Amino acid sequence: MPPGDLVSALGTNAATDALRVTAETITVSMLAILVVGTPAAYWISTRRGALRDALVTLVELPLVLPPAVAGIGLLVAFGRAGLLGGTFDALGVDIAFTKVAVVLAVTFVASPFYLRTAIWAFEVVDPTLPAAARTLGARPGRVFARVMLPLSRGGLGAGAALAFARGLGEFGATIMFAGSLQGVTQTLSLAIYEQLDLDIDVALAVSALLILTSALVLLSVKLMSRWRSGFGSLTPFAATARRPT
Amino acid sequence: MALRVRFAHTLRSYRASADLTVERGETVALVGPSGAGKTTVLRVVAGLLRPDEGYVALDDEVLLDTAQSTDVPPERRRVGYLFQEYALFPHLDVWHNVRFGARRNDDVAPLLERFRIGALAKARIDELSGGERQRVALARALARDPALLLLDEPLSALDAHTRAGVRADLRELLEALGLPAILVTHDFEDAATLAHRVGVISEGEVLQLATPTDLVATPRDAFVASFTGATVLPGQVVESRDGLSHVALDGGLSVWSADDASGPVSVAVYPWEVSLGSHTPDDSRMNHVSGAVVSVAPMGNRTRVRVGPIVAEITAASAERLDLRPGVLATASFKATAARLFPR
Repeated sequence: MPPGDLVSALGTNAATDALRVTAETITVSMLAILVVGTPAAYWISTRRGALRDALVTLVELPLVLPPAVAGIGLLVAFGRAGLLGGTFDALGVDIAFTKVAVVLAVTFVASPFYLRTAIWAFEVVDPTLPAAARTLGARPGRVFARVMLPLSRGGLGAGAALAFARGLGEFGATIMFAGSLQGVTQTLSLAIYEQLDLDIDVALAVSALLILTSALVLLSVKLMSRWRSGFGSLTPFAATARRPT
Repeated sequence: MALRVRFAHTLRSYRASADLTVERGETVALVGPSGAGKTTVLRVVAGLLRPDEGYVALDDEVLLDTAQSTDVPPERRRVGYLFQEYALFPHLDVWHNVRFGARRNDDVAPLLERFRIGALAKARIDELSGGERQRVALARALARDPALLLLDEPLSALDAHTRAGVRADLRELLEALGLPAILVTHDFEDAATLAHRVGVISEGEVLQLATPTDLVATPRDAFVASFTGATVLPGQVVESRDGLSHVALDGGLSVWSADDASGPVSVAVYPWEVSLGSHTPDDSRMNHVSGAVVSVAPMGNRTRVRVGPIVAEITAASAERLDLRPGVLATASFKATAARLFPR
């Protein structure tokens, strides 16, 4: 298939709708992950002992959970008949099978990739640096913004890129919890699955787009790990966090 | 401006405690082996470690009082802390490192000039030499106009060549500032040069706090004697006669001491109280150890020579005159009053 046809296949309604849904949902998910996840990761990185281990385990749980289980879990928690569903229902809000459901599913599945890397990135910062900042008159908030964030930005960027890539490919939990409604909850990954039966060219074009994006994300991870951080190579999932003594 | 520190805190392997007052313009050094709990004292004063119980006050300003639940956070304590290895921010240049502690932009330039690092304002930290880093760290620590100074191993990251010069600069600076200062080091000579009083710490406990002269004159125990430079040898008192003790050293030699003791003892002899000769002299000194020279180590204008288990510190000129080389026969002599006994 010539590249020109691939590009025109991306212009079909199914592809553009999926692109729009994906862009919207992953933007909101990534914002939520960064804004809530960064301080949370920092807080966990300053804990020690059993509490830290318990928190890290909780954070990592979605990594090992089968996507179908995650989908069921989200349905049970937020679905109309679910635990919190009644509360939302009373407020006139129905989450399942909406864009909010896509965002929840993507956030749930992608956040561990960011959190884990971020906790590690904060933990490898020499603990005397934030201590020195405190004695130089900086309150904890300023220490975080002026010392911890810049010193761990390479790791944070790499973690964000990995979470983004995982969020882009999210399939299982989304299809169970949000369904695959074109223009509403059908993301690029879900569109590939549906277009496989309808128009193979669209499925191939979207796949090619995702391959390209994934390659760019991986490349950016490599570049960010070199970003003036002194980390030789960034292998967050093999790296054992050095605990400050 | 006097600093008052009293605290007790349980660390992993021992309980660290201290009780000291540092007067305005006074520098107190804490010396001891690594892991003795020296830095713990600094961390408590700076507010980086909250001890199990303790009290820290600068004049009448209480910084910590666990009994009253008072604990002023580190950023409000007006402490100038020079960290071991300096803890400079690697993502900031020299100017911004100093600016981090300063209140206004205009305060930075005079500090850089004062520490002769004005030309390095835009330099990155990893481009600096050890001596330059130390000056940047000092400038940064003083940028907040601190009311007291804490120095953690300020010289240990420097090579021997830079060290002597930096030590003299530091001494001048401490005198000029006139602040209460606590200095932590594992080197007694650094402590004796820089501080008015020296506290010897072991396993979290200040064993003895006194002027360097008093510490050497009357060490409280064998550990203090050893840490202040004495050669310490184990032995056994075999007889006491005319106020003198005769000690059989574990290595086979025997020495006389003017101290009264019995049973197993440690014998401490300061190298500068030992003299050397090529033959056994006939004089008032009671202790003579003859043997082959084991080692000869020049130290500036002095030389340390080891004969058997005894170390003598003599002038470099004398060492040359006596032609001391390893293997040459020599006699180390010292008075019975120079052999101090501590029960083991």
